[in-house]
Amino acid sequence: MNVTLQVWRQKNATAKGQMVKYEVKNISPDTSFLEMLDIVNQELIARDEDPIAFDHDCREGICGMCSLMINGMAHGPEHATTTCQLHMRSFKDGDTIYVEPWRARSFPVLKDLIVDRGAFDRIIAAGGYISVSTGSAPEANVIPVPKENSDLAMDAAACIACGACVAACPNASAMLFTAAKVSHLALLPQGQPERHKRVIDMVRQMDDEGFGHCTNIGECSIACPKEISMDFISMLNRELIKATATNKE
Amino acid sequence: MAPALALYRSTIGKKVAMALTGLILVGFVVAHMLGNLKIFTGSQHLNEYGEFLRTVGEPLFPYSVLLWIARIVLLGSVVVHIVAATQLTMLDRASRPERYVFHKKQQATYASLTMRWGGLIILLFVIYHILHFTTGAAHGNFIEGDVYHNVVSGFQVWYVSVVYIAAMVALGFHLYHGVWSMFQTLGLNSSKWNGLLRGLSVLTALVVAGGNILIPVAVLAGFLS
Amino acid sequence: MATDTQQRPATTEVGGRRSMGFESTLDAQIPPGPLQDKWDTHRFKMKLVNPANKRKYTVIMVGSGLGGASAAASLAELGYKVKCFCYQDSPRRAHSIAAQGGINAAKNYRNDGDSIFRLFYDTIKGGDFRAREANVYRLAQVSVNIIDQCVAQGVPFAREYGGQLDNRSFGGAQVSRTFYARGQTGQQLLLGAYQQLERQIGLGNVEMDTRTEMLDLVVVNGRAKGIITRDMVTGKIEAHAGDAVVLATGGYGNVFHLSTNAKGSNTTAIWRAHRKGAFFGNPCYTQIHPTCIPVSGEHQSKLTLMSESLRNDGRVWVPKRPGDTRPPHEIPEAERDYYLERKYPSFGNLAPRDISSRSAKEACDAGLGVGPGGLGVYLDFADAIQRLGVAKIRERYGNLFDMYQRITAENPYEVPMRIYPAVHYTMGGLWVDYNLMSTIPGLFVIGEANFSDHGANRLGASALMQGLADGYFVLPNTIGDYLAQVKPGDYNLAGDEFRQVQEDVSERTNRLMSIKGKRSVDSFHRELGRIMWDECGMARNEQGLKRALEQIPELRAEFWENVRVTGEATNINQELEKAGRVADFLELGELMCLDALHRTESCGGHFREESQTEEGEALRDDDHFAYVAAWEFRGLNQQPVLHREPLSFENVQLAQRSYK
Repeated sequence: MNVTLQVWRQKNATAKGQMVKYEVKNISPDTSFLEMLDIVNQELIARDEDPIAFDHDCREGICGMCSLMINGMAHGPEHATTTCQLHMRSFKDGDTIYVEPWRARSFPVLKDLIVDRGAFDRIIAAGGYISVSTGSAPEANVIPVPKENSDLAMDAAACIACGACVAACPNASAMLFTAAKVSHLALLPQGQPERHKRVIDMVRQMDDEGFGHCTNIGECSIACPKEISMDFISMLNRELIKATATNKE
Repeated sequence: MAPALALYRSTIGKKVAMALTGLILVGFVVAHMLGNLKIFTGSQHLNEYGEFLRTVGEPLFPYSVLLWIARIVLLGSVVVHIVAATQLTMLDRASRPERYVFHKKQQATYASLTMRWGGLIILLFVIYHILHFTTGAAHGNFIEGDVYHNVVSGFQVWYVSVVYIAAMVALGFHLYHGVWSMFQTLGLNSSKWNGLLRGLSVLTALVVAGGNILIPVAVLAGFLS
Repeated sequence: MATDTQQRPATTEVGGRRSMGFESTLDAQIPPGPLQDKWDTHRFKMKLVNPANKRKYTVIMVGSGLGGASAAASLAELGYKVKCFCYQDSPRRAHSIAAQGGINAAKNYRNDGDSIFRLFYDTIKGGDFRAREANVYRLAQVSVNIIDQCVAQGVPFAREYGGQLDNRSFGGAQVSRTFYARGQTGQQLLLGAYQQLERQIGLGNVEMDTRTEMLDLVVVNGRAKGIITRDMVTGKIEAHAGDAVVLATGGYGNVFHLSTNAKGSNTTAIWRAHRKGAFFGNPCYTQIHPTCIPVSGEHQSKLTLMSESLRNDGRVWVPKRPGDTRPPHEIPEAERDYYLERKYPSFGNLAPRDISSRSAKEACDAGLGVGPGGLGVYLDFADAIQRLGVAKIRERYGNLFDMYQRITAENPYEVPMRIYPAVHYTMGGLWVDYNLMSTIPGLFVIGEANFSDHGANRLGASALMQGLADGYFVLPNTIGDYLAQVKPGDYNLAGDEFRQVQEDVSERTNRLMSIKGKRSVDSFHRELGRIMWDECGMARNEQGLKRALEQIPELRAEFWENVRVTGEATNINQELEKAGRVADFLELGELMCLDALHRTESCGGHFREESQTEEGEALRDDDHFAYVAAWEFRGLNQQPVLHREPLSFENVQLAQRSYK
C-alpha cells in the first residue's frame, strides 16, 4: 500500500518546526507503524538526509516509550493499542497520515517527534511510592489484601506512563496518570500510612509542572493504551479532598 | 478555612469549588424552574409566589432579608464559579502553547467541549434576565410586583423569547456535562454509579431547560396571555 | 578438538587460529562451609562501612532495570551517594518491564513440597549443571525476601479470595512457586523498584541521568573508578567518577538483530568493560524462547514473545507432509504431527524452552513449517476451547490472544496460533565472583549483564528473581566489603586516566560520524543478525561457527569503512547511538562464536550438533566442560584468552536431563 505522511520535523528543542510531507510506497499492511517509519528512515539515510527521530524501545506495548499523535489521535486510531503495536492495516491505501509529537508545555519537544516526559518521573518522586527500605519488609502473607482491591489496584497500576492521556486531553492535564498511581497505592493496605501526604504532594507536583486541569471530558481514558478508567480520577479527587480536610500540617 | 484554601490552591481544589458552587446553582435553577411553572396556574398564584419569596421567614427575618441572603449566596457562588473557571482556563491555555495541526476528539461530547462558551452565554443571559424581569430596566412594559404581566408581555416580543429559548438550550448543555462532572470532581463517581449519574444529569438538563422553555413557547402560542 | 583444549591448556587451537595465551583457573571467592551457611557466614565475615562514612562513597550505577533500580535505591537507603544512568527517557522503561510470566520464590505457600533446596536444585538442573552451586543456593535463599519486599512496596500481585498471595506453576515446574501480577509481572516489579528509586531521587540521595549512555569504563590503577557517557540529547561526552561502578545493563540478545529484547538493549557497557579487562563468561549461552510470534517479512524490526503459559493449554503441531499448504482446519488429525507430545510423552507441550525451541526448528528445517517462509508451527487451542469453553480460555489468555490478533490480524480463537522461537535471554555475561565483582576490582555486574546464576539455560520466572536478588539483597552487602577496603573519593576526575578515556570516546564518536559510507547501520545489524542466527542460533556446528568466524571480522571491517551515520554528534542522533552499539555487537558476535566453537558439548541453550544422543537430545560432556568459560580480551583481531572456573557439584548429582 501507499500512504502520504505529514510529519513534524524539528531540529532541536529551540528550533522552529514544521510539517514535512513524505510519500511512502509499497508498504506491506503487516508492517507495524514504527517499522513503516523505519523504512522511511532507511530511505532518508540513503538520500543522506537526517532520519525522523522518534521514541520507541520495547515495541511490544509495555515500556511506554513510544508516543506519536497519529491523525490527531494519541497512539493512532486503534483502541487500547500503543503506537508500536499499531499496524499499517489500520490505514487505507492512499491515506494521508499526520504524525505529530505529544504537545504540552510540560512535555517540551526535544527533536522531531521526541518529547521530554521527565515531569512524570518528578510526580512519582514527589510521593508515588510506599516508603519501605530494603530488608525492612514483613513476611508477605501477613498483610492480606482482598482480591477485589488487589485487582482494582492492578487496573490502576497497569499505567505505562506513555503520556497519551496528557497528549489527548484538550487541557494537557496529567490527572489520569497521577490518579492511576494515587489510586493504586491508596487501594492497598500497605499504602495507608502515607496515603494523605502522598496525594497532596503528588497533586502539588503535578500542578507545579504546568499541566492543565481536568474538565472530565474523558479523552484521556479513551486514548489510554492500558484502558485506565476515569473512575480513578474521581478517586484522586476524593483522596485529595479527604487528605486536605484532615491534613494536620 | 485553612484546609479549604489549601485545597483551592490546587487545580483539583478549584474544580471542587466549581462543583460545590455548581451544586448550589443547580439547586437554584431547579427551584427557579419549578417556581416559574406556577405561571400555568394563573397570575394570582405567580404573583403570590413572587411575594412569598420576599415574605418568607417573617417575622423571624424582616421583609426580603432571606431573599437577599439567597441572592448573596447565589452571587457569591457565581463569582467563585467564574473566578475558578477563569483561572483554570488560563492555566489550560498555558498548558499547551503549541497546538496540534490535527487533533481529533474521540470521546468528548459537544457539551463537555463547550462548557466555557456555554458558561459565558449563561452569564450574559443572567445579566440580561435580571435587567429584564427583576429590575425591569431592559423591559419596555415593566410593572413592579406584577410578575405575571411582566413575563407574558416580555415574551410576547418574539425575539426576546428566542433569546430565552437559546439561553435555556445553552443551560441544558451546561447542566448535561456539569451535573455529572460535579459528582466526578467531588470524587463521588465510579463505574457502579456512572450510569445513574449520567442519567441524572440528562434528566436535570432536560427538566430545567424544557420546563423553562415551555413558558415563552406557551406565551408565543397564545396559551398564556 | 575441545578435548585437546582440555589436555593442552597452554597452546589452544580455537576457531582455527592458534592461541598462545596463558590460561588460569579463576577463583570465584566462594565462602567455605556447608552450602546452607555460606551466605550467612560470608555476610558476617565481610567488612562493613561505618554508617557515618557511607555518604563519602559514590557508587555509579549503569542501568535502571530490576537490578539497577533496586540496587540504586537500596544503596541510597544505606547512605551511599549514587549516580544512576539509563539510556531511556525514564528509569521506568528498562526492558525488565516486558517480562510477563512471574517470579519464583521458595515460599512453599502451596504446601506442595517446595523448599529453598528444591528451588536451588531445579535451577541447577534447569541450567543443565553449568551454574555455580553457591550462587544459586543464595538466590533461592533470598527469593523469599524478594516477595516480602515487593509486597511491602505495593506490588499488586495476584491474590486468592482469602486475600493471600496466589501462585501458579510455571515453565514446567512441579511445584507452584511463581508469583505473578496478571501478565505484567515484570512491569509491576520494575515499577516497585522504580518507585523506590524515585523516592531516593526525590530525597536527593540518587542523582539520575536519563537519556545518557555509558560508552566506556575508566580504570585507574587497576580499579574501576568511573565511566564516560554521552548525553543523548546534547551529544556531550562526559566523565563521571565514583568509588565503585556497577553495571546493570541487561542482556545482549540484540546481537541477533531480531530478538524479544527492546530495540535499545545493547552490549556496549559490558563490552567496553570487557575490553578494559573484565572477563566475559559463557558468551555463547543464549536462550531461545519457543513461543514468539513469527517473522512476517523483511520489514520486521523485533520479535514479540507470548507467555509460555500458553503451552499449558495449547497443543503444538505441524502437518506431517512437507509443503502441505492447506489451511489448518482442513488438515485431518491423522495428518498432523503433535511432535512434542510424541517425543516427550511425560512433559509433552510443557517441555523446557530449549527443547521446545529446537524441536520447532527441526520441524521447520524438515520443511514442515507453516506460515510465511515456512518458519512457524501451530499452537492450537481448539481442543482446550472444546474442553473448557471459549469463556475459560478468554479468562486465562484473553490479553495474549488480543495481542496476537493485534499483531497478526488472525483470530486465535478460530485458527491456531503460529509460533516460532526467538532469542530471548542471554545467560552469558561478564564473569563475576561470589560477590558479583568482575575481574576488574571495583566493577560489579548484576542481573542479566552478569553470567552468574542460570548456567546454560534459564528457567521461566527466574530472571526477575535474579535481577532483584542481586539488586536488593546481594550487591548492597557485597559492595560494602569492597568499599570498606578503599579510600573514599580516591579518584581524580581531571586526571590523565579520565581524560584519556574521554578522548578515546570522542575520537570513536567522531570516527563513526566521519566514515560517511554507503550502508546504513541497520543493514549491518541485519547482516550480523543473520550470521549469528544461522550459525550460532538454536543449533551450532563446527563448520558453521568457523564460517561465522570468517564472516564477522569481514563484516566488521566493512562497517568501519562503509557505514553511513547521518546527522550531527551534538544533537539527538539515533543513528549514531545505533552505530556505536552495532560496532560493539560486531565484536561480541565473534566472541560468542568462538566460545560456541570451543565448547564441543551440548548443554542447555547451547546445542552442538556434534554432541547429541541417538535420539537427538543434548549431550553434555561433564568430564571436559564442567567449567565456566571466562574470556579475556587481548586486543581486537587478537585471540582472546580462555580462563576457566571449574564447577564442582557437591550438593547435587550430575545427571543427564530427561524430559521423556
